[in-house]
Order: sequence, then C-alpha cells, then structure tokens
Amino acid sequence: MSIMSTEMSGAEMVIAALADQGVEHLFGYPGGAVLPIYDALFQQDKLRHILVRHEQGAVHAAEGYARSTGKVGCVLVTSGPGATNAVTGLTDALMDSIPLVCLTGQVPTHLIGNDAFQECDTVGITRPCTKYNYLVKSIADLPHALHEAFHIAKSGRPGPVVVDIPKDIQFAKGLYSRPKDFQHKGYRPKVKAEMDCVKAAIELMQQAKRPLFYTGGGVINSGPEASQLLRELVKVTGFPITSTLMGLGAYAASDPQWLGMLGMHGTLEANLAMHDCDLMICIGARFDDRITGRLDAFSPGSKKIHVDIDPSSINKNVRVDLPIIGDCGHVLEDMVRLWRSTARQSDKQALAGWWKQIDKWRARRSLSFRNSNEIIKPQYAIQRLYELTRNRDTYITTEVGQHQMWAAQFYRFEEPNRWMTSGGLGTMGYGLPAAVGVQLAHPNSLVIDIAGEASVLMTMQEMSTAAQYRLPIKIFILNNKYMGMVRQWQELLHGGRYAESYMDALPDFVKLAEAYHAVGIRCERPGDLDAAIREMIDVNKAVIFDCVVDPAENCFPMIPSGRAHNEMLLGDSALSVEEAITEEGKVMV
Amino acid sequence: MNATTHYPAATAAQQSETHTLSVLVDNEPGVLARVIGLFSGRGYNIDSLTVSETEHERHLSRITIVTRGTPMVIEQIKNQLDRLVPVHRVIDMTVAGPHIERELAMVKVRGKGEHRMEALRLADAFRARVIDASTESFVFEITGASDKIESFVALMLPLGLVEVSRTGVVAIGRGPEGM
Repeated sequence: MSIMSTEMSGAEMVIAALADQGVEHLFGYPGGAVLPIYDALFQQDKLRHILVRHEQGAVHAAEGYARSTGKVGCVLVTSGPGATNAVTGLTDALMDSIPLVCLTGQVPTHLIGNDAFQECDTVGITRPCTKYNYLVKSIADLPHALHEAFHIAKSGRPGPVVVDIPKDIQFAKGLYSRPKDFQHKGYRPKVKAEMDCVKAAIELMQQAKRPLFYTGGGVINSGPEASQLLRELVKVTGFPITSTLMGLGAYAASDPQWLGMLGMHGTLEANLAMHDCDLMICIGARFDDRITGRLDAFSPGSKKIHVDIDPSSINKNVRVDLPIIGDCGHVLEDMVRLWRSTARQSDKQALAGWWKQIDKWRARRSLSFRNSNEIIKPQYAIQRLYELTRNRDTYITTEVGQHQMWAAQFYRFEEPNRWMTSGGLGTMGYGLPAAVGVQLAHPNSLVIDIAGEASVLMTMQEMSTAAQYRLPIKIFILNNKYMGMVRQWQELLHGGRYAESYMDALPDFVKLAEAYHAVGIRCERPGDLDAAIREMIDVNKAVIFDCVVDPAENCFPMIPSGRAHNEMLLGDSALSVEEAITEEGKVMV
Repeated sequence: MNATTHYPAATAAQQSETHTLSVLVDNEPGVLARVIGLFSGRGYNIDSLTVSETEHERHLSRITIVTRGTPMVIEQIKNQLDRLVPVHRVIDMTVAGPHIERELAMVKVRGKGEHRMEALRLADAFRARVIDASTESFVFEITGASDKIESFVALMLPLGLVEVSRTGVVAIGRGPEGM
C-alpha cells in the first residue's frame, strides 16, 4: 500500500495527512490538548490556519467552505469545551450532508476516563452527530484514521467525521506514509444504480401525463456535472421541476420550466404540482416534513421514483414505487443516455395540458406582496439585492428564519454551490461564519450573508475573524426587531401572544460594525435602498448592512400545520383564481 | 388553525411485527454503542441483543437483535444499521428463510423435599442440565427457543425460583449457506 514511510510525530502526521488530502485551509481554535499540532502548524507553510472566535464558527466556516467548493472542510479544535462547542456545527453538517473532517484534541490516553481538566467523552458525545468518529489510541493507527476520515467524509452520502487525538499520541513518533489506493474493508457506498431500475424509471417517465421533478441537495453534493445533467434531462423531457431549499441552484431559476421552491414556504405552483402530479421523480431529496406536510394527503395520485445514494432515505417517510440507489450524477447520466436512445418520447399532448394547468397556478403569483413607499418590505429588499448583484460573481449564505425563506423565494440562483444555508438543523448563527469560509475559498467573489438581526447575534463574534483576514463579507441584515418566524407562528398559532420574540435592546449595528473594523450602513427608506446596496457592494471591506424592514411582515405562501399541499395559505396580495385570469398586474410581484 | 405545532401529525399506526436481525460488524471500540445508540436515538425497540466476536482473525462480531416495529420501521432499522460504517451485513432472519433461534438460560431454584424433586423431574422433561447443586439449591442450564425457556421459568416459579440469567436470542440460517 505505502510508497515510502517517514518517521515523524503524531502532530506532524496530522499536517502531512491534511496536506496529502489537498487541504489548504483549516479552521480552528487552539487549546491545551492540541498544542503539539499548533506547534507543528507553526513550523510549516502548506496549510493556512484560520483562527475563529468560537468553535461553532469554525465548523460553520468549514461547512461554507465545503459547500461552495465541493471539497472537504477541515476543523481543528481542542478537547472538552472545544469539542462540545463544535457539536452544533457537526450536527448541522450531518443533517445537510456536508463533508467535514473535525480533529479534536483529547487528554493524554492515561488520563482518559479520569475527569481530567478539559476532558469530555468526545467520541461518545459526537457519535450521534457524525457519520463516523475515531479515538486514536495508538500512533500506529493515526495515519490510517486520518486518511480514512477523509474517505468516509466525502464518499457516499457525505457527512462530518471526527478524529479525536490524545495529546500523548500527538507527541509520539511513528511511521507515516500516504496510502495509495484507499479501500475501506466494509464501507462501500453504492454509486452506480441498477440499470433495470433506471430503465423502469425511463418507461414511467415516457408514459407520464403529469410528471414533476422534485430535486434536492443530493444533486449539489454530487458535483456540478450532476446539475448539468439534471438540466439536460429536464430539457429533453420537457417536464416541470421544483426543488427543496438545499437543492436551489442545481437548476437555473430563470428557466421557464422552473416552478420555484416547494414545501412549507414554497410557491403555489410547485406545491400544487406536487399534489396533482401522476409521476414524481425525486432526485437527491429526502421527503422531509417541511416538504411533505400532512403525510396521508401527500401527492395522493402519483407514482414516485426516488433516486438516493442512501438506502435509509428510501421509504423513510413516504412509500415510493421505484427506489433507485445510486449517486445522483451517475443516475442522471444513465437517464439522459437512455432517454435519448429510446424511440418513444414524452406524451407531448398530455404535457401541454399539464403546463396549461401549471400556468394557471403561476398566474396567481403566490409570491406577491404589497410594497410600500414608506417602509422597506423584506421581500423588496431581497429583490433589490438580487437585481443589483445578479450579474456579479455572488455567493449567498443565510441565517435561519423568515429572512432565509425570503432569500430562498426572491433570490434566484442560476448555478449550484452558490447558496449556503442551514436546512435540516435550522441553525441560527450559521450564515456569518459560513460566509467567512466561502470568502476564504473565493477571495475575489462577492459573499453576502442574508441575515436576521436575531440569528446574526448568535455568532456575531466571527466579524472579528473577518477583520483579521480582511475578508470583505457583507452581512445584509433584514432587521425587523423580532425573531420573525417565531413571531409569525405566535401570530398564527398562539393568539398573537409574542412571548420573548421581541428584541428590546438590539445593538446599534452601524457602531457594532465599526467596532469590528468593518463598515456599517443603515437603510430605513425604500427610496434609499439601491444606493445603499451599491455602496455595500463597492466597499472593499466587511460590511454590516442594517436594513430596517417592516416588523409585521409575514412569510407567505405557507402550508399551515397539519395541512396538505393543496391547502396553502397565500398572502393577501396573491391573486384569487378569478383575478389571476382577468386582472393581471394589479399588485406588485 | 387549531393545531399548535408545525410538525405533521403522526400517521396511523400499522401492525407491529417481531423480527430477528443478524448483523455482522467490525469488532472495534464503540461499535456496540453505535448500534444501541441508533436504536435509542431513533426510538426503535430492542427486545433482545447478543454479541460476540465470531471471526477472530478478521475481528468480526455477530450481533443478533430481536426488534419490534411496523414493516416500514423494520425496513428503516435494517437500512439505518446497514449504513453504519463498521457494519458489513444485515440479514433479517425472519424473512431470509428458515432459521433456528436459540437462547441459553441459567435458572437457580432453591427448595427442599418434594419441591426439589419436582424441579428435578421438570428439568429432566425440559432437557435442562444441573450445572450446580447444593443441599438446598440447583442451577439448571437450559437451551431452546425463547418460549421454551419462558415455560420452564414459569414452572420453576412456585418451586422456589431464585434468579434467572439469559443470553438473549442467537440465530442461524438452516442449510449449507452462510450469512
């Protein structure tokens, strides 16, 4: 297996293994139990260490880095609190299938189990929030564990892997060699699907009268080729396509076959198409509860094809008719090839009728909102941000809440890997550190964190990281002084009793920006918005943009609790069925 | 809106089934914690679990799990187990074909006179062996399907049952093929 073995310390092995894995950036925070590794870092120039301000920030930054590049994100933290602070980020990465390797320091092996200073049961704590984890108790096991960690993190359904390295192992000397051809003894995720299944899928697609593609983050994870193949398949079939929050960007939002995002805050046309379709082709999505709504009323009349690399995603929430286990990219490639090679094509006549129906739903303009000249509507703010940044090389991250949904609805993504958001876990505080990671990976791009004022305060300290590395990230805060989504649910479900969802003593974000060596911009009037956004873009420094928006605005459309896709709540400015036919253009869309 | 949650309601419960799973795993630190953590974390049931290394050279252990759930849950359990990194194979013995399930129990009975004689007679009828004896007690070793052990233990109860130690179920397929 090995080419050449070199004797070195465990700490040096860590550096060597990361360099051999092509790691360029390492996000971390030092502490007693990782000092030997930091000492080795100090004496090399292959890896660049990015010092964060909190370990949660390190993991989110690595997530942003991984999501925007397709590479494995890398984290280094100390034992005890270093490891426990990383847990939120690790869980977030597990839920959204982000490839990460997180190295944690541990107390020396002879003290493990002794309640030593800064000791915690890291492998025990992280077992349920990682794809896999290791406690390396012998220097001989370290090189293998490090390389295997990368293999597991990025192969199959990606996820976070923790390698816990006791301090004495970091000091110990051993032989290091780079494994040539890595094969795990038992773990072999299946990437190529059964051809018979793909053939059966193509047959179903050719017979379908009301087909729909429902795609997700798996397409993004499979790499940019998968997105390209998806576009090809959608084009040759002529079918409509919708996507989950995690899948945005895999298909171009400007394309007429795009129905917008589906689910709890998805568009009317996407959700009604899900409900009424006769063939659902799910690719790399997992029928999450934000997507399905009421399960017993979920797309009752459809046959369902489900393409997923993880067999445990199949039939977890929704029983499907044709499961296809394999990597989205491979399956899409087979589908495109088979579709092109078969003589029969899609049912053109039925498809025309289906599109006519979809266009009727579309005409109701479910995303419309009543704009104002007095106060900035959050939707309008995102629209303007989109219009003023769409022709640039832009990456968007978000926090979690109303602003995240508005960003998903109103910012239109044309390419994969441009949209970094916490989908599964819904981690407030994700967006700012994620933007740090994205900006490091793409130093010349425009990186914007669309934020809420509540979320962003959870990891605000990472502005200090941005300052240290001169990262010109833009924090675009839709400031409504509320935890907006909490307030919205309290309004709709708890009689308008706004328990603890109002922020009484928010910081002055302009002064806060200045304190962090950044530029602060406040905008309170719709008329000033464009100029202020342009100023934000033009400043070659980090910016905190305090966009003061309507505090009472709700996020629509919305599938209320326990309802089905065809029982959506629309905002008061969406058109009724009659209006959609007769009075177009009455309200601002 | 009356519902005060933003989660979908639970779907109507289906009939629960009992399945016996054989799981081949790498015998590495924490592997049992991974399996048990999966069951507790996802709310699955464990009726019985046995584990021991079965192939020393390859460091493979065989875990036998008896679990209960709806068909959809059973399918999930198998898939979730299968995707754990150290898991090599998961076989659902209940659907894989004819198989044998056995359990071993040690049963301690204390008594004198007629009770003692009756315990011995019953042990003989159940093909339980005496593996420890004192003037006022026996320890029986009994092997068989779980319900046979249940019956034996129930019979010992009025005869002075002190305690029982059971291995849990192990299972193996019939015929020449291995797992």
